[in-house]
Amino acid sequence: MNPRRKKRLFIILSSIGFIGAAVGFMLYALQQNIDLFYTPSEVLQGKQLSNGKVGEKPQIGQRLRIGGMVVDGSVVRSDKSLDVEFQVTDTGPKVTIKYTGILPDLFREGQGIVAQGVLIAADVVEASEVLAKHDEEYMPPELAEKLKGIKHVKPEY
Amino acid sequence: MIPELGNFALYIAFTLSLLLSIFPAIGLRQNNIRLTSLAPNLSVGIFLFTLFAFGCLVYAFLTDDFTVLNVAQNSNSDLPYYYKIAASFGSHEGSFLLWLVMQSGWMFAVALLSKALPSDMRTRILMVLGWICVGFYAYIIIASNPFETTLPFYPVDGKDLNPLLQDIGMIIHPPLLYMGYVGLSVSFAFAIAALLSGNLDSTWAKWSRPWTAAAWAFLTLGITIGSWWAYSELGWGGWWFWDPVENASFMPWLIATALLHSLAVSEKRNAFKSWTVFLAIAAFSLSLLGTFLVRSGVIVSVHAFASDPSRGVFILILLALVIGGSLLLYSVRAGAIKSVGKFSTLSRESMLWGNNVLLVAATLVVLLGTLLPLVHKEIGLGTISIGEPFFNQMFVYLIVPFALLLGVAPLIRWKQDKIKSLYVPALICLLLSIGLSFSWLFLEFGEVKFFAFLGVVLGLWITLFTIHEMRITWRKLAKLPISHVAMVCGHIGLAFVIAGIGLTSQYSVERDVKMFTGDTADLAGYNFKFDSLKKVDGPNYEGWAAVISINKQQRNVETVYAEKRFYPVQRTTMTEAAIDDGFFRDIYVSLGEQLPDRSWGLRLYVKPYVRWLWIGGIVIALGGFITLFDKRYRRNKRMS
Repeated sequence: MNPRRKKRLFIILSSIGFIGAAVGFMLYALQQNIDLFYTPSEVLQGKQLSNGKVGEKPQIGQRLRIGGMVVDGSVVRSDKSLDVEFQVTDTGPKVTIKYTGILPDLFREGQGIVAQGVLIAADVVEASEVLAKHDEEYMPPELAEKLKGIKHVKPEY
Repeated sequence: MIPELGNFALYIAFTLSLLLSIFPAIGLRQNNIRLTSLAPNLSVGIFLFTLFAFGCLVYAFLTDDFTVLNVAQNSNSDLPYYYKIAASFGSHEGSFLLWLVMQSGWMFAVALLSKALPSDMRTRILMVLGWICVGFYAYIIIASNPFETTLPFYPVDGKDLNPLLQDIGMIIHPPLLYMGYVGLSVSFAFAIAALLSGNLDSTWAKWSRPWTAAAWAFLTLGITIGSWWAYSELGWGGWWFWDPVENASFMPWLIATALLHSLAVSEKRNAFKSWTVFLAIAAFSLSLLGTFLVRSGVIVSVHAFASDPSRGVFILILLALVIGGSLLLYSVRAGAIKSVGKFSTLSRESMLWGNNVLLVAATLVVLLGTLLPLVHKEIGLGTISIGEPFFNQMFVYLIVPFALLLGVAPLIRWKQDKIKSLYVPALICLLLSIGLSFSWLFLEFGEVKFFAFLGVVLGLWITLFTIHEMRITWRKLAKLPISHVAMVCGHIGLAFVIAGIGLTSQYSVERDVKMFTGDTADLAGYNFKFDSLKKVDGPNYEGWAAVISINKQQRNVETVYAEKRFYPVQRTTMTEAAIDDGFFRDIYVSLGEQLPDRSWGLRLYVKPYVRWLWIGGIVIALGGFITLFDKRYRRNKRMS
């Protein structure tokens, strides 16, 4: 091989290596950091798939996001610490959420929230983060779809 | 009456931009100087009418004219006057008018400051900007008119500005960010004009550089201030959330940074030319994509404006036209661009090539992380969210080679260099930065955490190399171009940011506590005492302030007030965090809710070196602004 071709081959091979490594790293990082969104009934009954079948339930120990309405009267606080427990629901089934810390300003019974955490029992989520949007009428769009059948209208293109 | 005048001014500006997009094109074709010389005048006209329209909107806000829908929905008669001005760009419609003021302002600046350019080039640039304006003005008039009225049944008072936006950050952050976003359209126009003329020599890069630097500097400032605002206003002590809207501003920034470096190669060495053009197109396209994501409602985010599907479609069409059109032109013309500058494997060029590859890779990571949830949902796989760890992890991988290259690159000569001359300084810098970082972290925090160590090592590596490079070039200082100083500024700023991120992300501590008045809590050597609870009465809110005295070793450091505010008009509760800021650490207290037993939840943070992020960001932006004073750009303008 003449030096020029050698140089080109080197450039091409190193580019392929670089891109390959980059894609590998990315997929690996992605795999660990994608969190699926569930509603309480999906946690207990499995996700409804597009072909009508009932999909898998989340496994215990899985990281997930859950969105639901806080059940009235379900908020229980500890006397000594900032531990708090409450239930969320969408169409019936209730999932208990455990959290330690300060709840967001708009956390209220009857309000829609999204929690990020780990499923520690079939119907218990230990949340690391609880979100409520700064808007009185806010409801997570996924939940609005489920509850009221309001499809979050997307631009038609 | 005044709002109607504003509305009318918008229509005039739209008409003028139509003229600007047509007449110069005909003029260039027919070699008609009378038509081409219209371009600068039309640009000035568009700017004046847009500014007038914006003035009318601000006037409507200041005079509480609730017959204007925008005012009724985003203001209130109790709002202080400075927030009323800010409220004029607090809504989707108003912010787009501000966007147009910036857009036409850049055009105005180009028209005024580009007299030295060849007249056909100047005309083409303004014409391309005119095309962009047609799209934007049509959009504001059809889909998001800020002057829409509530007549005949107008409300007695307005719905008030979202309390989150009632902050000094709101007054400065959007204008700076938009200046940056829109400024990239100038780099884009330069690139398209050059492609149209088919004349892409290194003078093109020289003209484009100061404009790109200015837009980039504004974007840097805008993002920095935005991060500081989120930190001080959201009450969670976070400064970057990888939120889709943050990503939308970060992607154009990354590409613009790559563009800035690639332009240097194009100008000095006549290489990378078609790549540079591509970056200029990509930067503006990404800033439009960001606009689309934020304003169409396809992505749910804390920043998102109220969504309206018709707007999404409009911006999508605009996006398709800009990206499609410019890439088509690029594919037709770029083949003819020849980069004549040759360089070897070890040269300044190859270093800057590395910079570009890494920045583009970073952009792709952000793009993937932002769009994947959207795609995932659209193809029916369910809703997902991509966590911060993904971005953080990827950026750690990318920043290490980036910072290592960045330190060395300024020492390497153009065209080709020998690696031998680098061994000794590289070894010294490496050992020094490892030694210094280790002892710094160990002495200050008692334990060395890996990622903080990494951040500080990289920061020091850049700093030490910069000092070394300054020592070599010191003798020539008088002759050094100002852009060299700008480069040093930008690099040192980045060193601050990297070290700051490493330190604050690893050594920040937080604690949630339940406190009655009189209780104390300890965190990281500080003692927090909940002294008392005070009632607060603001112009448009009421609430409680917890008076917290912070002590260190029995000495009072500061007494701060963490507030919980209630805004009756919007029926919203807001946490106003108390921050004791400092160069070496911030103490941050946010007041949670009152618990049933009348105690309060409080969140305490001690965040070492968090200010370095924003100090660094401002220093980087300063670098961009310094470039503008480089005599080369002015002298060359006069010569040509």
